[in-house]
Amino acid sequence: MTATQERPADEVEREIGRDRRRKEDQRLITGRTRWTDNITLPGMLHLAMVRSPFAHATITSIDTTAAKASTNVVAVLTGADFGDELGVCINAWAITTDQVTPTHSPMPSDRVSFAGEIVAVVVARTAAEARDAAELVDVEYDELPAALDLKKAAADEVLAHPDLGTNKSALWVFDSGEAGTGGNVEEAIAKARTDGIVIEREYRQQRLIPAFMEPRSVVVDPTGEQNTMWSATQIPHIVRFALAATTGVPESKIRVVAPDVGGGFGGKLQVTPEEWIAWAVGRRLGKPVKYTETRSESLLSAHHGRDQWQKLTLAAEKDGSVTGFKVELLADLGAYVAIVGGGVPVLGAFMFNSIYKFPAYHFACQTVLTNKTWTDAYRGAGRPEATYAIERIMDELAAEVGVDPLVIREKNWIKHEEFPFTTVAGLEYDSGNYEAATARAKEMFGYDELRAEQKQRRESGDTVQLGLGISTFTEMCGLAPSRVLGQLNYGAGGWEHASVRMLATGKVEVITGASAHGQGHETAFSQIVADRLGVAFEDVEVLHGDTQISHKGLDTYGSRSLVVGGEALVRAVDKVIEKARPIAAHLLEASVDDLEYSGGRFSVKGTDQGLAIGEIATAVFTAHNLPDDVEPSIDAEATYDPVNFNYPHGTHLCAMEVDTETGAVKMRKYVCCDDIGNIINPLIVAGQVHGGLVQGIAQALWEEAVYDDAGTLVSGSFVDYLLPTAADTISFEVDHTTSPSTTNTLGTKGVGEAGTIASTPAVVNAVVDAVRHLGVNDIQMPCTPERVWKAINGPGSGGATEGAAMPHFESGGAAGNQEQPGQSSTEGAGS
Amino acid sequence: MTRISLSVDGASVSDDVEPRMLLVQYLRERLGKTGTVIGCDTSNCGACTVHLNGTSVKSCNVLAVQADGAEVTTIEGLAKDGKLHAVQESFRECHGLQCGFCTPGMIMQSVDLLKENPTPSEEEIRLGLEGNLCRCTGYHNIVRAVQHASGQAVNS
Repeated sequence: MTATQERPADEVEREIGRDRRRKEDQRLITGRTRWTDNITLPGMLHLAMVRSPFAHATITSIDTTAAKASTNVVAVLTGADFGDELGVCINAWAITTDQVTPTHSPMPSDRVSFAGEIVAVVVARTAAEARDAAELVDVEYDELPAALDLKKAAADEVLAHPDLGTNKSALWVFDSGEAGTGGNVEEAIAKARTDGIVIEREYRQQRLIPAFMEPRSVVVDPTGEQNTMWSATQIPHIVRFALAATTGVPESKIRVVAPDVGGGFGGKLQVTPEEWIAWAVGRRLGKPVKYTETRSESLLSAHHGRDQWQKLTLAAEKDGSVTGFKVELLADLGAYVAIVGGGVPVLGAFMFNSIYKFPAYHFACQTVLTNKTWTDAYRGAGRPEATYAIERIMDELAAEVGVDPLVIREKNWIKHEEFPFTTVAGLEYDSGNYEAATARAKEMFGYDELRAEQKQRRESGDTVQLGLGISTFTEMCGLAPSRVLGQLNYGAGGWEHASVRMLATGKVEVITGASAHGQGHETAFSQIVADRLGVAFEDVEVLHGDTQISHKGLDTYGSRSLVVGGEALVRAVDKVIEKARPIAAHLLEASVDDLEYSGGRFSVKGTDQGLAIGEIATAVFTAHNLPDDVEPSIDAEATYDPVNFNYPHGTHLCAMEVDTETGAVKMRKYVCCDDIGNIINPLIVAGQVHGGLVQGIAQALWEEAVYDDAGTLVSGSFVDYLLPTAADTISFEVDHTTSPSTTNTLGTKGVGEAGTIASTPAVVNAVVDAVRHLGVNDIQMPCTPERVWKAINGPGSGGATEGAAMPHFESGGAAGNQEQPGQSSTEGAGS
Repeated sequence: MTRISLSVDGASVSDDVEPRMLLVQYLRERLGKTGTVIGCDTSNCGACTVHLNGTSVKSCNVLAVQADGAEVTTIEGLAKDGKLHAVQESFRECHGLQCGFCTPGMIMQSVDLLKENPTPSEEEIRLGLEGNLCRCTGYHNIVRAVQHASGQAVNS
């Protein structure tokens, strides 16, 4: 047997905090990856979907004759050909007990509710033959009026689902006065109208598309006793549960595998019609099947994100001390309530107050059904919306009071000595230091010098103006304490599972219920285990993403993998050590009390006697000489349910140059100092921050899912949906301050979503700051040159995006996202 | 069907293909070269980038029949004798990838970029990679990886 690794503690560099290069990379940089679409099975058939071109229509007939006669077509199936066998796509979070939730069939047989919905599936021997035949399926529709505009839909002018009688799905309310966590916001506003400042604004969170790089793909193999599904998903465990719950197949007969998954950002946190159809077809035909979407299909039918109107009322005293914040949201669910669905804006409900000491707070969110693509989680999920609203309006307050936006923030934020701090939304922030992060960010940014340059440019009337944008964000992540989820009526818990298997050769297998899709769990989790167990980084193998290996888990989203999954791992490792202790004592002929464990080794205090954990694993494998009543195993598992969320925070500073003659904007500098607690791997953290920043910046400047007035997605390809390129972006300066979380052993906080949550308002604040002296106080996202130019040269916030890059059906069409926000108003001190 | 013969990652191959078959489909479906991936259907994302006679092309934008007689190198043929290409090594060293889906195309494009311009500035790197989309890294560390591969100092 292989010798075990003995690593005297004093000679070993700690793994935690080390910038280890990733274990994942070797296969990814050499093309030896297993993406779902790479899987080919003997006799495998290929699927192509027939999708509705209409946003809302009755299906009057489907003629599949020509398609069935096409070369190598095996079957053409419609919703009517399936019964309950198809199952349904579930909503796991009815945010209120009376939520209106349309049934979501993966393939409806009577009526389509958004353009892109599947009405038939073609099965053929090759993917190309399936697509050819899909063109031959003749579907007759009777078009129905479509509910497209969010505000009009909320008024029930046109119904997205006529049988439901309303588009209003659920109204979710939090009121600090009623909850006992703060005062009455109406009183605060009334008082401020008399002798303070009231700022009222309406902001638009445009519709976004997650746009992960790997298109979704699913392979179903019904061969053998177990039915296997490979899927490009973030949530193999939840998919398995939902398949069992909705298709009648016992959970024990279902194996779901998420092999290498090419990004998700919330976009693969879903149970999809495509998965359910592939499942039903594979089982019906008894043959392996594969479906891989095109990019256009992905943009059209994979769930979208954001899409809110935010009506905000902030009350303050004349000196800028905040006294109340009232938030009224309209959130577009799209055609169906997705798996998290209305829960996404609810995840923001506790965050609009952010880092500030609001005495009173009211939040109300009306979720609304429309005939657009369904919406769900997209990186940040609820918290970017909240952060945008509060960070934008704090700038408005600063402008009103006439002080620097940093001054107004500092006046109102929680001081570092006030932690732990219970907020007006009822959360307990465990740790943080906003002063320290801000001081460091200012230093990196050269804040005072840039302010001086801004002043100089204004005074000289430069056509290119400089704006500085601030975002002092926090977020709640690490989803989630199961009890809290229960109180919120969520359909599952928020725990995570891990197990540690001590192999006879001294190697260590770690199984996690988290399901990575680019995050680097194999590396970071190896570092945690290497340190805690005292074994070599290289000797740890992290397994995940296959329900047959990782039988229990709740997957990866909500910046939870490290803070929840990592803590489960810590506890499993600790159990291994405790299980090994009596065996070590027995083998060393010492008392358990005389043993100490460090550097992967039990040693007898005061002697040079000792045994490495790997040697104990070997002894357990042979089981020749174990104490009585001790099982021959030191493997262990742990399931951890967090006691609290955790609260990363940071200060992001952005400098934007705005050409006042053309409206063109250019990012000059972006720095951030995030406090994410203790860092396991700084290289991975930096990557998460960079990528997060660009996704948030992209919301501010480029991305928008645009529909025309017929409900057709006109940004349905990468030609029209503007993902930033290397040439559009700049390099960032990233640093950290550290306030360890007090609610997990490692003192870590989530980082996966932080950059995205923080950056959007920093950018828009900078753009607005550049032209505020020209009478502008808002520019609607994305801040295109056209909008910026219009804001400078006329009233309003730059207008909505024209619904079509080119008129598709008739000129002057396109009303999907057309309307302007309500008139903003400011009352009080300076005005 | 049209008969094509070409060299892919050093191996001679010959097949009958439909005239409409794309090079990327040929690589993936006929040769099992699944290291080269498909990320879009409009030639925007560059995930399928390979070298055709030594120059980078988006293999979704080339018909298989156009590659007749050509020499094709994919990500799977870049490492020689078990030794990674300097650009592959740099992507790992600089954490220039996360999910890794864009990575084969990004690496192949970077190799071509450095062949044309061995010491590119940051701006030249960014412009040279404009045809390759990445959703994970924000490009920051991809730029550093190319700087590193070129032997230039890497910005922090």
